Amino acid sequence: MGLVQETDYGTPAATATEMVTLTIDGAAVTVPAGTSIMRAAMDSGVAIPKLCATDSLNAFGSCRLCLVEIAGRNGTPASCTTPVAAGMQVSTQTPTLKKLRRGVMELYISDHPLDCLTCAANGDCELQDMAGAVGLRDVRYGFEGENHLTAPKDISNPYFDFDPSKCIVCSRCVRACEETQGTFALTIQGRGFESKVAPGMGEFLKSECVSCGACVQACPTATLIEKSVVETGQPEHSVVTTCAYCGVGCAFKAEMRGNEVVRMVPYKDGKANHGHSCVKGRFAWGYATHKDRITKPMIRAKITDPWREVSWDEAIAHTASEFLRIQKTYGKGAIGGITSSRCTNEETYLVQKLVRAVFGNNNVDTCARVCHSPTGYGLKTTFGTSAGTQDFDSVDEADVIVVIGANPTDGHPVFAARMKKRLREGARLIVIDPRRIDLVRTPHVEADYHLPLLPGTNVAMANALAHVIVTEGLVNETFVRERCDWDEFQSWAAFVAQAHNSPEAVAGMTGVPAENIRKAARLYATGGNGAIYYGLGVTEHSQGTTMVMCMANLAMATGNIGRRGVGVNPLRGQNNVQGSCDMGSFPHEFSGYRHVSDAATRTMFESLWGVALESEPGLRIPNMFDAAVDGSFKGLYVQGEDMVQSDPETAHVVAGMSALECLVVQDLFLNETAKFAHVFLPGSSFLEKDGTFTNAERRISRVRKVMPPLAGKADWETTLAIAKAMGFAMHYSHPSEIMDEIATATPTFAGVSYKKLDELGSVQWPCNDKAEAGTPIMHIDGFVRGKGKFVITEYVPTDERTSARFPLLLTTGRILSQYNVGAQTRRTQNVVWHEEDRLEIHPFDAESRGVREGDLVKVQSRAGATSLRARITDRVAPGVVYTTFHHPDTQINVVTTDYSDWATNCPEYKVTAVQVLLSNGPSEWQERYREMSEANTRIATPAAE
Amino acid sequence: MDDKKLVYMANQIGKAFAYQDEAASVASIAGHIRSFWEPRMKKAILAYEQAGGTGLDSRVLAAVRSLRPAQ
Repeated sequence: MGLVQETDYGTPAATATEMVTLTIDGAAVTVPAGTSIMRAAMDSGVAIPKLCATDSLNAFGSCRLCLVEIAGRNGTPASCTTPVAAGMQVSTQTPTLKKLRRGVMELYISDHPLDCLTCAANGDCELQDMAGAVGLRDVRYGFEGENHLTAPKDISNPYFDFDPSKCIVCSRCVRACEETQGTFALTIQGRGFESKVAPGMGEFLKSECVSCGACVQACPTATLIEKSVVETGQPEHSVVTTCAYCGVGCAFKAEMRGNEVVRMVPYKDGKANHGHSCVKGRFAWGYATHKDRITKPMIRAKITDPWREVSWDEAIAHTASEFLRIQKTYGKGAIGGITSSRCTNEETYLVQKLVRAVFGNNNVDTCARVCHSPTGYGLKTTFGTSAGTQDFDSVDEADVIVVIGANPTDGHPVFAARMKKRLREGARLIVIDPRRIDLVRTPHVEADYHLPLLPGTNVAMANALAHVIVTEGLVNETFVRERCDWDEFQSWAAFVAQAHNSPEAVAGMTGVPAENIRKAARLYATGGNGAIYYGLGVTEHSQGTTMVMCMANLAMATGNIGRRGVGVNPLRGQNNVQGSCDMGSFPHEFSGYRHVSDAATRTMFESLWGVALESEPGLRIPNMFDAAVDGSFKGLYVQGEDMVQSDPETAHVVAGMSALECLVVQDLFLNETAKFAHVFLPGSSFLEKDGTFTNAERRISRVRKVMPPLAGKADWETTLAIAKAMGFAMHYSHPSEIMDEIATATPTFAGVSYKKLDELGSVQWPCNDKAEAGTPIMHIDGFVRGKGKFVITEYVPTDERTSARFPLLLTTGRILSQYNVGAQTRRTQNVVWHEEDRLEIHPFDAESRGVREGDLVKVQSRAGATSLRARITDRVAPGVVYTTFHHPDTQINVVTTDYSDWATNCPEYKVTAVQVLLSNGPSEWQERYREMSEANTRIATPAAE
Repeated sequence: MDDKKLVYMANQIGKAFAYQDEAASVASIAGHIRSFWEPRMKKAILAYEQAGGTGLDSRVLAAVRSLRPAQ
C-alpha cells in the first residue's frame, strides 16, 4: 500500500462542449475548447514542467517554467495560459526550451536553501522535482549575493509553519486563499526582489487566515508545511476516507506512517469538497489519540462511585443483565437507545435494530431530534422526501442565494467557500438571520439584503415574503399548475395574501422594514435560479417544522425546485445527521422513513430479523427524559451522544439521567453524560473503523479504517456484543455486510454497496434500479409524493417572550474552530481561536448594564443561570444576545428552556428570554455541577497484584 | 408523564392545524398524536381527558377523545 497519488493537470478543466484537435510532440490530442496546452499535454501523458500552475487554481503564468514552442508562432508562450487551437502543433521539449527552463530553475535555486536532505518536504517538493525534470546540475550565480535565506519563520499558526526562505513567490498560496477559500488573507507584498508572501497583520495567527489549509495544499515547496510533517516525517501510505465533522462530508486522504496519522489532505476527487478543506477536517484530528481517550470498559454500581476498569466481556455481560433486569422489573418499554450522528450508517442501523429487535420496543432516537428533525417532517410533507433537494455543485448555477438561519462560513466552511465563489461571480445574496453573520459582508461578497429579524419570527417573515410573491403576481403559475396540487395552492395563496401577512403588518414584530422584505421577495422570485440554504436557525424553534414548510412553499410558488441552481437545502450540522435519520433512528420509523405502523414494512423487517416488532412509536429523546423523571424509563444505551451538554434545560436532562438505573455511554471520552453513567464502553473514532457517512446532499461516502481501534472494538462490534449477550445474535463479519442488509431492506439504498462506493467514490440516494449511479437533484420530473403540497403556515408566536424580568432574547450557535459540544475540537489546538464561550451583546445593552468587554456576566432565564465573559459587538441587534455551546464550563443549556417544535419536539434553542447582569463568579449551578463533575469522574486505581 | 407538558404539546399541535376546518383539524391532531406519541404518552393524555381535560383546547379535546379505543 502506497500513497494515493492524484494527477495534477496544471489548470482547471474546460467546460466547453466543442472539441478541438491539436498535436503535442507529434501526437494528436482532442480536448474541449478553452483547455490550456498544459492540460491537453497532461491528458496525452506529457507532463510539462511547472511550478506556479496547479489544476485547482486558474492559470497565472508567472514561473516561466512551462514554456512551449508552437509552430508558426513567435516566442515561447507559457503552456498554462495559452489555450489550445485547432491544428496547433506544440513542442514541449526542444533545445531552446531546455535551456530556458534550466536557466529559470537556476535562478530559483540560487535563492533557495540547499538543505533538501533535512528539509521536511524532502520527497514531496515540486521544486525538487522540477530541478530534476529540467536537468539542473549546477548554479552559476553562486550563493553569496543578496538572498532571502535568513528570512524568519512564522510559526504562529498551531498547525503549519511559514518559512519564507523557501518561498519561490509563485503566488499559489495567495491564489488559493482567494480563489478556493475566498478569505483574501494573503498577498504579495513589495516588488521585484522585495516581493514576498504576507498575511495581514504580519503573521498568520493574527491575520484573517481561517486555517483552511488551502495555501499549505497549494504550496509547491516546504514554505507552507504542516507541523505534523515537520515533526513526524513524510507519510508512506494513504487511505481515502470521509471527515467526521460537519455535514459537508469532505473526502480526505489520511496520510500515514504505520498506524500514525501524519496529515489529512483533502481529496481532489471528493465530490463534496473537490479538494478543499477547513481547519477542523484538515488539522483538528488529534483528538483521536488524545490522552483523555478512555480505552478500557468501566462499570460502577452508583454514579457517585469511582469507575472500575473491567474486561469487555464483563462490561457487556453487566450491560445485558442490567437491561434484562430492568425490563423484567419495569416492563419492555423501560429501556431505549440513542444513535449518533457522528457514527456510521452501519452503526446507527445496528443500534436501532438492537432497540427494535432485541429491546422489543421503538424507544430509539438520535441527536437529529435536537437539530434537523423538522427538516425531515417538513420536506416529507411538502415534497415527499425527508432530505435536501440538491447536490453541493448545484450552487454553481444559483443566481440568487438565500441563506436562512445558517452561518455557513463557520458551520459548513467548505461549502461556504464554494458559495462565496459563486457570489463573487455575481450571484445575488439574501441573508435572513438575527446576527450579522460573516457572509453578510466579507471580501468581495456583500448581501443585497440582510433581514435581521428578531429571533422567533421566521414564519412571519416567510409568510410576508410569500405575500409579496402572490400579491405582486410573481408566482410561477405554469410550474405550480403542472407540478403542485392546484387547490392547495389556491388556499395557500389566499392565506398569504391576507393583510396580516403583509410586510407592513409583520415589520413591527420582525423588526425588519417592510420595504426590505418586499425587495428581497422580488429578488428571490425574479432573479433567476433561486436557491435556499438553511440551518438550525430555521429548525430550532417552536415552529421549526412550519418554517421548513414555508420555505418549501416559497420554492414551489416560484418554480425554484427540480433543476440545478435552485432547491431547498438543509445544511446538516453533523457528519451523519442525514444518515442517522435515513437509517431508522427516529422512534416512529424504520430505515427509509417508513412508519412503524406500516404493516408491509414491519412484516418485511420481522421476516428479515426473525422477530416480532412493535407497531407503536417509541419515545423521543425529550420524552425519554420526562419518562425517566416520571419513573417509567430506567435504562438507556447512548452511542456517541452527549445530551447533558447538548440538550436544552440541563437541569431537567440531569434529573432524567440521574433517575436511570442503568445508563450505558459508549464514547471516545468521559463526556458530560458519562458523569451519570453506570457503564462506559470505549468508542472508536472515524479513523478506527469501516463504514459510511451520508452528508447533507444525501451523498453516501466510505469511511475507511486507517488504524486499529484503540480499545479493541469498533463501535458496531460493541453493539453486536450487547445484542448477543441479550440473546439475539447478529451475524456480520464486516460493515459491508450491514450495508448489504440496509440495501436489501431500504428502497432508496437498494443499489448501494461497498463495491459500488469503491468504484464511484460516492453516491447520492435514491440509488436503486431507477438511478443506479444515484440522484444528485431530486424532484426533477415530479415530486416524490406526486403533486407538491402547499401547506398553510399561520404564524404562532412562541410562548417564550421577553418581559421586564427577562428583557433580552438569547440565541445560540457555533463557531468555525469548534464543533458542537467540543469533545473533539477542545482536545486540539483549535482552542487557540476559541478557548471559552463568550456572550455577544450589543454596545447599547452592554452600556445600560455597565458591562465592558471581557466582563463576567450572568445570563439568567426562567430555566437557570450561567456565567460567562461578554463580547461587545454590533453583530447582534439591540435586545438580542448570542453565544456558543462548545464548553462544558459554560453549559449554556442550563439557560435554554423546554419549549420545542410542535411537530417534532426539536428544542427551541434559538429563542430564550434572558436577563444579563454583571457577575462576580460562576453561577450556583456551575459551582454545584463542577463539584459533582469531579466526584463522578473518578477512576479507581487497580489494586496492586 | 407530566400532564402539564403533554397538554401544552397537544395544544401546540392543535394550533398548527388550526387553519383546517374543525373536522379536518380534529382528524389531523389525532393523526399526529397517533403517529408520533409513545403509548404511555397516549395513555396519559387519554387519562387526563377522562379526568376532565382541563386546559386542552376544544379541537384537541375532540381529537384526544377520538383516540379512545373502541369499547
